[in-house]
Amino acid sequence: MSILDRTACDLRDALRRGEVSAAEATEACLAAVERLEPAVHAFASVGADAARARAAGVDRRRDAGEDVGLLAGLPVAVKDNMATADGLPTACGSRILRDWHAPYNAHVVERLLEEGAVILGKTNMDEFAMGSSTEHSCFGPTHNPWDTDRVPGGSSGGSAAAVAARMVPLALGSDTGGSIRQPASLCSVVGLKPTYGRVSRYGLVAFASSLDQIGPIARTVGDAALLLQAVAGHDPRDSTSVPETDAPVPDYLAALEEPVEPLRIGVPKEFFGEGLRPEVERVVRDAIATCEGLGAEIVEVDLPHATDYAIATYYLVAPSEASSNLARYDGVHYGHRAAEAADMIDMMMRSRSEGFGDEVKRRIMLGTFALSSGYYDAYYKKALKVRRLVRQDFDAAFERCDCIMGPASPTAAFRLGERLDDPLAMYLSDLFTVGASMAAIAGVSIPAGFTDDGLPVGLQILSGVFTEDRLLRIARMVERETHLTDRRPPVCEEPA
Amino acid sequence: MSGSEPIPTIGMEVHLHLATRTKMFCPCEVRYDAPPNTRVCPVCLGMPGVLPVMNERAVELAVRMALGLNCDIPDFAKWDRKHYYYPDLPKNYQISEYDEPLGLGGHLDVERDGETFRARITRVHLEEDAGKLVHAEDGSNVSEVDLNRTGTPLLEIVSEPDIHSAAQARAYGEALRQLAVYLGVGQCNMQLGQMRFEPNISLRIGEGTGGSPRYTPITEIKNLNSFRSLERACDFEIARHRDELAADPEGYTLQRLGKSTRGWNDDRGTSFLQRSKEEAHDYRYFPEPDLVPVHPHEVLQDGSSLVDRVKEDMPESLEEKRQRYIDMGLSREQADIFIQEEDLGNCYVNLLNCLDTLGATLTWSDDGRDAEVARNWIEQDVRRALNERGVRVSGLEHFSEERLAELIVLVDEGTISREVGSRVFDLMLESGQSAAEIVEAENLAQTSDAGQLEAVVDEVIAENPDAARQFADGVDKAVGRLIGMAKKKTGGKANPKVVREILIKKLRGG
Repeated sequence: MSILDRTACDLRDALRRGEVSAAEATEACLAAVERLEPAVHAFASVGADAARARAAGVDRRRDAGEDVGLLAGLPVAVKDNMATADGLPTACGSRILRDWHAPYNAHVVERLLEEGAVILGKTNMDEFAMGSSTEHSCFGPTHNPWDTDRVPGGSSGGSAAAVAARMVPLALGSDTGGSIRQPASLCSVVGLKPTYGRVSRYGLVAFASSLDQIGPIARTVGDAALLLQAVAGHDPRDSTSVPETDAPVPDYLAALEEPVEPLRIGVPKEFFGEGLRPEVERVVRDAIATCEGLGAEIVEVDLPHATDYAIATYYLVAPSEASSNLARYDGVHYGHRAAEAADMIDMMMRSRSEGFGDEVKRRIMLGTFALSSGYYDAYYKKALKVRRLVRQDFDAAFERCDCIMGPASPTAAFRLGERLDDPLAMYLSDLFTVGASMAAIAGVSIPAGFTDDGLPVGLQILSGVFTEDRLLRIARMVERETHLTDRRPPVCEEPA
Repeated sequence: MSGSEPIPTIGMEVHLHLATRTKMFCPCEVRYDAPPNTRVCPVCLGMPGVLPVMNERAVELAVRMALGLNCDIPDFAKWDRKHYYYPDLPKNYQISEYDEPLGLGGHLDVERDGETFRARITRVHLEEDAGKLVHAEDGSNVSEVDLNRTGTPLLEIVSEPDIHSAAQARAYGEALRQLAVYLGVGQCNMQLGQMRFEPNISLRIGEGTGGSPRYTPITEIKNLNSFRSLERACDFEIARHRDELAADPEGYTLQRLGKSTRGWNDDRGTSFLQRSKEEAHDYRYFPEPDLVPVHPHEVLQDGSSLVDRVKEDMPESLEEKRQRYIDMGLSREQADIFIQEEDLGNCYVNLLNCLDTLGATLTWSDDGRDAEVARNWIEQDVRRALNERGVRVSGLEHFSEERLAELIVLVDEGTISREVGSRVFDLMLESGQSAAEIVEAENLAQTSDAGQLEAVVDEVIAENPDAARQFADGVDKAVGRLIGMAKKKTGGKANPKVVREILIKKLRGG
């Protein structure tokens, strides 16, 4: 089996047995990047030399019998909103940070390096993670490996596409309102958004601080579990990261193959309402029926606030926080600075006007308005109240079921440009994912099947806070039945 | 409007740096003498992706000050972001406590010219300081940013408008500084910018329609960094309000003009408009999502809460301590000196106790004179010794209050004079011998032998016929001079009491 076709867990075993070296794995991935990037454009930057040097180091240390870590020699891609001090920029898909080199490593990057991972490059994304198509990037759009005329979803579209196109077995994404799960769904990969607080946000360039969460994107549930294992856990530099005493990190791989029995699956009618494309619904219902065939009990649950209300309030909370988090990009201390300006304020205004794209500006304006004196109570404060209702919906539902299943995205991958001029349509891409974000619970999208046009459809599975271990086991149950992990996207089949 | 004189009405906002080793939200050291931009890290530089981590010591000190100001400490306090664009604020927002601060509703009693007034404290809250802009002095229109100060823990104390003169504003500032220093909350070094004042000034101009008071517009003077500029700015502003009011008695009102912000030019002694009501910032406060709220009363695993811990560690209140000193015979001013210089204060208390132990034989132990004598020794001799050696009391070699008390008793008994006592004190510290041993070894005991002294007095009178004549004319001062001369002749050993008696007898008799 070629290196690229191996799952991360397989490749890890092969590396351990000495059948494959880290250098070989890295070269294979770099070659795939070179071959596929013109069609996919999943990366914002690639650090080939640094990756080769790291791989050689891992091989050397392994040969010397040293402990090389959980991910030793595995190539990993990192979304471009995670700080890397290794020479690659951390641009967040934005002109304003295009040449910014972080002076420090994000917590997750530190963890990857400690576990021996080989960071191959930084993946493309919607600017500051605002978007659902990876079209809002100063580096240009990423293309869906299953149909390069279509978007990969977003904002972690680069990570999802890189994994789907088998350029790299593992990637980190970040999810604020669905930015891991939705592209995973559109690219037929596994994308897991952990519970808020499970993974440190230190070094993740903030979009909406109370929602942002880093998670793994991989081809299999096992690979996602492996990567989550490496990055989960308390970090004193993030006050919102959960202390080990409150929620210890379990061994995600140990019990992965054990089915959850009995399994009660909650199916909310709100996830099968208006806006859901019939062909997506068919695939998702088939997947749920498969679970039923395995003996799971289907429970109807109500999530009255988890879709419409959640999306309305999400678009108050997230832009409000974004307007604050993005205030620092003013051209004074780092990042893009306008060439000419009359005075200081003019310099700040010009730098921001030139540096930010339209979608980012739109959200900054929304958020600035929502936080303005006299509007705060009506918008942001009220949104926080609705947020509590969303959480209560899920708490009540999880008293009656072990997980909730539904679609991750209302549609399969749409065409590039199709929604660029229709922000509201774009925002509705998150209809089924924002609820879990607002409730701060765990969720995953796994491949469930394909539309008649051959476009991937994901199954979203949600579970309560800090139950990622159970969530992964349920996902693995489904994965074993669907047999989708070996299916290659057309872009990989094209002649070199 | 009634015809009564307008009353200045001032509420104060005071900022002070807390005495923490590190900054409010990052591990950078707080330093005032470091080269620009050397005490910074990605967190206080506001780099993309960084997160703040609360400095618990700063929260403890804030609660300590709030308790010192008799505030209530709420069950819940939270962090908020306050947004404004300025190059010395790297995130373009400041982390502060907006509507749920750490301290609410206290008071500070302030003494001025023998009268005490009470300023109610509205709130005490914690925030991070901004950096500094250094404007080039060569007129090149260049400003440099120094972010060493960025993120320094800053306590803001807001008073009710209970202050009614510039002098009171100053006294309030001084009292606040004394309390902060006494509690160890801040060093409040004005030159270093560790304490800054922002008075909100208005004149109360009697009753409006409906009986509620009318005011001139509120002006807030920003960033005053000395007591002198605080007092001058308040005086200037009060006078300016009076002038404006005289020019437009009906129009110059808070209702019409609202609140404005002014700066202070200390060289010119004038204030200038910075922002009018229309230009007021919308700070767009919202809860800081990167930090968790503080629960000061929450009982932790060790069985105590943050407030418990701070209370346990609180010294007696400043008022109690001051009163205790006053009860020990000190003036209020001296009490405040000993409060500020704690080791001298402790030395004083110990010395009084030691004198008490030896007290049975003290001749001046009534009328609080022992307090004055003890104070005098500490202020003169002990302070001088400390200054010469550059040490604190604990580091003063061969010193103990007990040994000093023994020396004082020798002076009291007339064995040596006060002047010789100072010499003995120095020798004590040098040699480690007791006062009595030194007096013995150096033969310093006072001469009270009348026969011996009579000869000396005769000599002095003979050498100073003018002084003798002056005394005869009733000039008392002359006696002092003659006694001084007699002492000089005996190397300081002549007992001045005995000399005086002999002198008076001889001059009268003569």
